[in-house]
Amino acid sequence: MSATTATLPSGGPNGSARLPARELLGVALQGIRTRRLRAALSALGIAIGIAAMVAVVGVSASAQANLLAEIDALGTNLLTVTPGQNFLGNNEVLPATSVPMIHHMGNVDNDVAVYQLSNENVYRTPYVPPAQTGGIGVDAAGDNLPQVMGTSMASGHFLNAVSSRYPEVVLGAEAASILGIHHVGSHLLVYLGNTWFNVVGIMKPAVLDSTLDSTVFISLPVAERLFQQQPNPSEIYVRANVNDVKPVSNLLAPTADPQNASGVQVSRPSDALEARAAAKGQFTTLLLGLGAVALLVGAIGIANIMVISVLERRGEIGLRRALGATRRHISVQFLTESALLAALGGLAGLLIGAGATEVYSVAQNEPFVVPLYALIAAPVAGFAIGAVAGLYPAIKAARLSPTEALRA
Amino acid sequence: MSAEVEKTEVLAEQPAVELPGTPPPIRRQPEGLAVRLDRVTKEYPGGVQALRSVTVEVAGRDQVAVIGPSGSGKTTMLTIMGTLERPTSGEVHVAGYEVGAASDGELAGLRAHRIGFVFQDFHLQEHMTALDNVANGMLYMGLGLKQRREAARFALERVGLANRIEFRPKQLSGGERQRVAIARAIAKRPLIVLADEPTGNLDSKSGVGVVELLHGLASDGATLVLITHNPTIAATFPREIQMHDGEIVADERS
Repeated sequence: MSATTATLPSGGPNGSARLPARELLGVALQGIRTRRLRAALSALGIAIGIAAMVAVVGVSASAQANLLAEIDALGTNLLTVTPGQNFLGNNEVLPATSVPMIHHMGNVDNDVAVYQLSNENVYRTPYVPPAQTGGIGVDAAGDNLPQVMGTSMASGHFLNAVSSRYPEVVLGAEAASILGIHHVGSHLLVYLGNTWFNVVGIMKPAVLDSTLDSTVFISLPVAERLFQQQPNPSEIYVRANVNDVKPVSNLLAPTADPQNASGVQVSRPSDALEARAAAKGQFTTLLLGLGAVALLVGAIGIANIMVISVLERRGEIGLRRALGATRRHISVQFLTESALLAALGGLAGLLIGAGATEVYSVAQNEPFVVPLYALIAAPVAGFAIGAVAGLYPAIKAARLSPTEALRA
Repeated sequence: MSAEVEKTEVLAEQPAVELPGTPPPIRRQPEGLAVRLDRVTKEYPGGVQALRSVTVEVAGRDQVAVIGPSGSGKTTMLTIMGTLERPTSGEVHVAGYEVGAASDGELAGLRAHRIGFVFQDFHLQEHMTALDNVANGMLYMGLGLKQRREAARFALERVGLANRIEFRPKQLSGGERQRVAIARAIAKRPLIVLADEPTGNLDSKSGVGVVELLHGLASDGATLVLITHNPTIAATFPREIQMHDGEIVADERS
């Protein structure tokens, strides 16, 4: 009865149906190549989505890198000593002795004290109503404030030996613009505490402590003489030795006020800025969401194209089955094709997104940064999306009856 | 029992993959049965019976024409012989193997290595040269491209298209296209060639050429089963099976 019965060879190199990975790739690429326009259009959706995400990530990373570079240039060894609050919430006062005490500390490279003259305001003329202060503060400051803050003069010079004897004033960047003074000229006067002060300089913005920007500075001797008061330091800026920032920071409070160290607050402005930089690096969630929507639309587009493609290519599918393709070969072929298509879209999106970031960073004069993970994630995400989008069409193709396909 | 052992040995002595070179492009067929259908019935969803308990044997190296009106079950029988479809009931043996128990992968392997198909509308891929169309016919055998192309070149020479190797289907006449399709079917040196109205889309002159070519392949050793509507073509075959309503109504040797 079963004279001709024998079991089929299973799995061996002879007699089994095989499609090596390299051939599979060729078959999938060929499927894309022969329908170029359609492939390009369907990959475009993925490309736009990936491009949007890469650009969002790249732009924020560039902005962050820019801020960090700025902070690095300003130095991270600046420490600020300010009066704190006691446990009742009342403001403490830094003793006048804290300035020389800190000045004589070891490992302190440079230091400067600022004294807030809280009752004084500055005006262009005496006719300005006293209430219109413009929010500008008046401080007495040491000569070396710009050096310690890592900033420089936009115009003129800072306070010097002359300034300690004559009424001269230096304007912070924002204070200058509020007062409408953009560069230093001869006989440029402002009215401060019933006295005309000669404007000798305008500072550039002090990134490490932007409160200084809306302040004008006069020398301590002039302040003492003019206002008959012995102000207490409101801030002491300290440049610690780069390698000893931590120990200096720990010693500052007890040095400033040995009797009440807890009433002294020590901070490191660069820390706050770095935190801000990190916050800036967080992607704009909304834009990322838009990118995700574009990706979803792209995935649906690819699924749609693949479904149509399966219907159109029934003949090819039937032929392949006749030539010895298993159902699995067919589904893997379509899956690979769709994943490859989307991966190419992802790659294109990466290039577009990187290009957009480049344009932005050049325009903003910021460093060009695309995070490394984006380079890998973009094509991988495309590949994965394509694989998911191709799942249904691939299963559909594999289920197609070969004879139906050949008759069609 | 002894017959089973003998059959297996004969098949085993033919390495499935060895290809290019000078031997005839079709594997030597052992004496014995190439195909056997035993009370095969095929029913399609909706209750249509395409085949009704068909029993037929095709000897190795035989040449059989299948003739009959449309809807008589010719193509269904051919696709069952080609393992593209499984019968609803009955036993099918192809090239010494029982098809019923085999998995999808095993049947695909059988098709890849031992069965060549020729279709009415060629099923050539338009963007590929004749050479690559033929080479693609061996895609699922696990051969490298170079090996496949070499075998394809040989097969194209065998069908008389040595000077059309780099042509694309659009640049070829209908008869030439069908010759490419035949080359694709025989390049792997199958045991069995199944042709479904290969002359259906050809003018009578090129149709005759194609049939002559297929006859010529017999001397190379393949078993040939061919469906046709054309009695003149059927008459050129040593054996003619007539079908009607899913049954074999005549089976004659001339």
